[in-house]
Formats: sequence, C-alpha cells, structure tokens
Amino acid sequence: MSELAPRTSKTVEIDNHTINFGPQHPAAHGVLRLILEMDGEVVERADPHIGLLHRGTEKLIEYKSYLQAVPYFDRLDYVSPMACEYAFALATEKLLGITAPDRAQWIRVMFSEITRVLNHLLGVSSFALDCGALTPGLWGYVEREKLLEFHEAVSGARFHSNYFRPGGVAKDLPAGLVDDIAAWAETFPKFIDDVEALLTGNRIWKQRVVDIGVIPAEDALAWGFSGPCLRASGIAWDLRRSQPYDKYSEVDFEIPVGRHGDCYDRYLVRIAEMRESVKIIKQCLQKMKPGPIKVQDHKIAPPTRAAMKQSMEALIHHFKLYTEGYHVPAGATYTVVEAPKGEFGVYLVSDGTNRPYRCKIRSTGFSHLQALETLAKGHMLADTVAIIGSLDIVFGEIDR
Amino acid sequence: MADESIKADTVLDAVAALPGVMVARRDLGELVVEAAQGDAYALFTRLRDEFAFAQVMDICGVDFPERAARFDVIYNLLSVTRNERVRVVVQVADSLSLTSVSSLWPSATWWEREVWDLFGIPFEGLADHRRILTDYGFEGHPLRKDFPLTGYVEVHYDDEQKSVVYDKVKLTQEFRNFDFLSPWEGMTTLPGDEKARGERK
Repeated sequence: MSELAPRTSKTVEIDNHTINFGPQHPAAHGVLRLILEMDGEVVERADPHIGLLHRGTEKLIEYKSYLQAVPYFDRLDYVSPMACEYAFALATEKLLGITAPDRAQWIRVMFSEITRVLNHLLGVSSFALDCGALTPGLWGYVEREKLLEFHEAVSGARFHSNYFRPGGVAKDLPAGLVDDIAAWAETFPKFIDDVEALLTGNRIWKQRVVDIGVIPAEDALAWGFSGPCLRASGIAWDLRRSQPYDKYSEVDFEIPVGRHGDCYDRYLVRIAEMRESVKIIKQCLQKMKPGPIKVQDHKIAPPTRAAMKQSMEALIHHFKLYTEGYHVPAGATYTVVEAPKGEFGVYLVSDGTNRPYRCKIRSTGFSHLQALETLAKGHMLADTVAIIGSLDIVFGEIDR
Repeated sequence: MADESIKADTVLDAVAALPGVMVARRDLGELVVEAAQGDAYALFTRLRDEFAFAQVMDICGVDFPERAARFDVIYNLLSVTRNERVRVVVQVADSLSLTSVSSLWPSATWWEREVWDLFGIPFEGLADHRRILTDYGFEGHPLRKDFPLTGYVEVHYDDEQKSVVYDKVKLTQEFRNFDFLSPWEGMTTLPGDEKARGERK
C-alpha cells in the first residue's frame, strides 16, 4: 500500500451569481425575463425585464377609429379578453354620454363574470402546475373549454371575441345559450370542490405556498396592488362593489378577503371568487329581460342588416360607421373595471375626431410584477416560481 | 344621491385650496386637478398624507406637439379608504424634467420609467432610469406624436452573420393614413353649410 496523499484543504469561495430566468421558461408565464442575483439558492435581487411582447397597442389605437380599437383589447389580457374590452367600451360610452340598454348591461356583467371564471381557472391551474401539481391543469382546461364555447356562441371567436362594443354588445345571445349557461352554473361548483379537494388541504401544496411571498396590506397599497392580490392582503376593495358600473349594483355577491397576503391566500381568494362569480351569473340569467342589446342611435351602433335592405338612411349609416366611425366629443376620462386580475383602466383622451387622441392602458400585472423583488427577496429560487404563479401574470397586458 | 354630491364637493373644495393647485374641477364626474410643475411634488405629498391617496394607479403622458409646454403627465391617484379618485395633470415642456414621486409611492418607479421610455420626459430622483417597454438599445420615444407609427428600424435574421440584425424599415406598401374628417355629422362645417349645421344641433 502506497502512502496516502496528504490531505489538502481547499477554500471554495461562492460569489453571488446572476441567472437569467426566462424569457423562454415555462414558469415565466409568457416572456418574462427575470435577472436573478442569487446567493446560493436564495434570491438577493430580482430584476424583471419586460417589454418582450410590446406591440405598441397604444400607438396603434391612435391611428384607428373607436370601433377598430376594440379588438386590440382582446389581445392585451388574452386570458380574459372580454374584461379588457369592457373598460374601453365604458370609457367610450362615458365620453359619448350614452348608456347601454339594460339587456346589454346584463349580458356584459354576465360575460364579465364568465371571463373571470375563465381567467381564474387558468390562473389557479397554471399556478398549481408551476408548483408541480399537474392534475388541476388538465381538469381546468376541460372546464375552460366549456366557457370558451360560450364565448364562441356569442361572438364567433373563442378568444378574440370583439364582443363588448361602445354602446352595448355586438349581437344578442343565440337561442339556447341561456339554458346552456344555466346548466353549466349548476354543475360548476362541484368542479371547484374537486379542485379544492386536490389542492386546498394538500400537504405538498401548502408546503409550497403557505407563508411564501407575504405582502402586508400597507405594502400592497404602496405597490399599487389591486384585485385578488390586494384582497388576499386583507383589504376588502372591489370596484364592482365600491365603484359599481353597469348592473353590478343590482347583484348580490360577497367579497372574499384573505388575511396573510401570502401565495396561499391569493389562491384561496381566487377559488372563492369563482364561487361568487357563479352566483352573479345565475342572478344575471334571472334578471335579464328581452330588449335591445345596443343603443338605438344609429350614429353610434349599426342598424340591422334587414333595415339596410329597405332603408337608404340605414345603408348610409352603416357605410359611414364602418368607414369613418363616430366622432367622440372632446374630453378625457379614466375609466376602470374590476378585471379578474385587478384594476384594469383606460385613460382615454378624445379631441373630438373619430380617433382617440391618446389611449393609455393601465394594465394590472404591471404593478404586481414590479413588486416581485420585494416579494421574492430572501426566498428560494423555487419559491420565486410560486410567487410569479400566484400573481397571475399575463404579458399581453403588461407589455401592451 | 344628494348626499354624495355634497360629500364630493367638500373633497373638491379641500383639494382646490391646496397650494400648487391651479384648477380643480369635476369632469364627467371625475375629480381633475391641474398642478404647476414646480409645486407638484409638495402637492402629491399632501394628497398622500392628508387625503389618504395611498395608491398611484397610473402615471402616463400625453403629447400635444403644438403647445409650448408640450406634455401632460397624468397621475391617477386612488384612495381605498375614502373611495375617491383624483387625476392630477402636470404640464411639462420638452427637455424639462419632473420630480419623481417614487419616494412617495414605490409603484411609481415603473410608471415613470414607462413615461420616460415612451415620451422622453426625465424624472429627477428616479433611482432606476432605464427604458422599460422598448427594445434594448432602442432610440427615440415612440408615443410622441412626431414618431411614425411604423418606426424607423425593423429586425430580421441574417443568414450570413448568423444573427438577428437591425435594418431600416422597408414598407411593401406605402403607409396610408386616411382623412375621415368629412362634414357628415362631423366636427367640420364646410363653408356655406353653417345654416344646415345650426339646424342639426
């Protein structure tokens, strides 16, 4: 036996190192490029780089008529398209000084809630997927498909619906859709129970999300949080209740509020909101009466196809609406809706012409993502993924 | 309803009395305040501390190229405790800067970066003054009215250089900007058409 080599000691210096998380990472929810400065496996600094999906929507809208601007809103938050259209429709109506007819308002409230369920289904299930739970994702997509069929039934498109128009909605509900939605609303709470059975009490899930990414109420306000993320921190603030628009003042629903402001509470608030949405949808179905679905002023809403065959004036109105569009009185408004992710606002400036002078889109995820550094600091890398999932980020709206 | 309008007016009066406020009014039911550029920061501090506007939901710019003070910077503040919003409008000339409010509301940082990126309005005291939405190395401020919709550069993959390269933008069809400001119930009145226009209103 030869002599053993003398033991040498080696000093290993571990510097902070920087890693690039995304922009092509499945847990980055799109095209988030996150520069993480790591101390071992602990996040020291997180610097989100956004704008990789910037398409210049605001600039494009300045070159389009008000009606042509609506489809751009579907392409912002593509997980909840109708909620974005809602803000623009309300802002334009406010500047025009018109109100949509009752039936249109009920349809919009109902589809806004269907969209909320649509969004939360994907939000919760992809959040679970980020943390390793595959099944809610598979189930969620099946359920989502049913809702997308409702979208398709009213607008002809699953996602880019272009359905909420200034002055009402594009078309009335097709025959039989009300029954389909009512039937779905009966069965859906059972589905939420099933998802909750998978997650809410699940030990692994709770180990991943409880006490992760805690944000106290004061910080949540300072960082401009809104929607479920703000409510999870214990502030019962919901625009549907506090600044109601359309028929939200006439429906009865609860505002779920969390207590700790961690990832788990943000998950619980979303689950509870889906149950409330179903309640609102049922009330809409009950209270909806037959009637016009857009304003009857044909200078703003197009006449029926049948009228165009008979009336010269209707034909002219149709032609002028789809070429020139309508002129909106000069003014400015900041109009907000409670989108599934939080406050979605449109700051619309009109100079009296047929095109918006400026259309600023206040996207919800922008503020939430900004707080990522505060939320993720001192957490492990894997927790950062959970935090991003819990914020429910979609880059279509953040990058605009 | 009557109670609400009384409550609203007290807020309006109280805000109108603050130093630095030039005009305070209700516009389509929204509280709008125009503030002088130099006094804006002091005004924001008081709005936050005395009027409980704990959140800045949005900061954005609007470009009016024909005006001497070219830009409007709009601050949309929200108070969840009072259920009140206020929109503060500050005018700023090209190449002048504003005081950053990121020390009052941390969330203002990204909004101000965005205003800088898209309009080129610098903010004093903003710790992170990088561009945010546009590409790395982008030149110009795209939401200014004199910036063309199609931009100046486009990217494509160059097979020889084996990388993505920038090139001058080439349009296969000339950019068309239709003039739809016809006199049909519109804003303009053709000469000799004043009488018809008057009857229509």
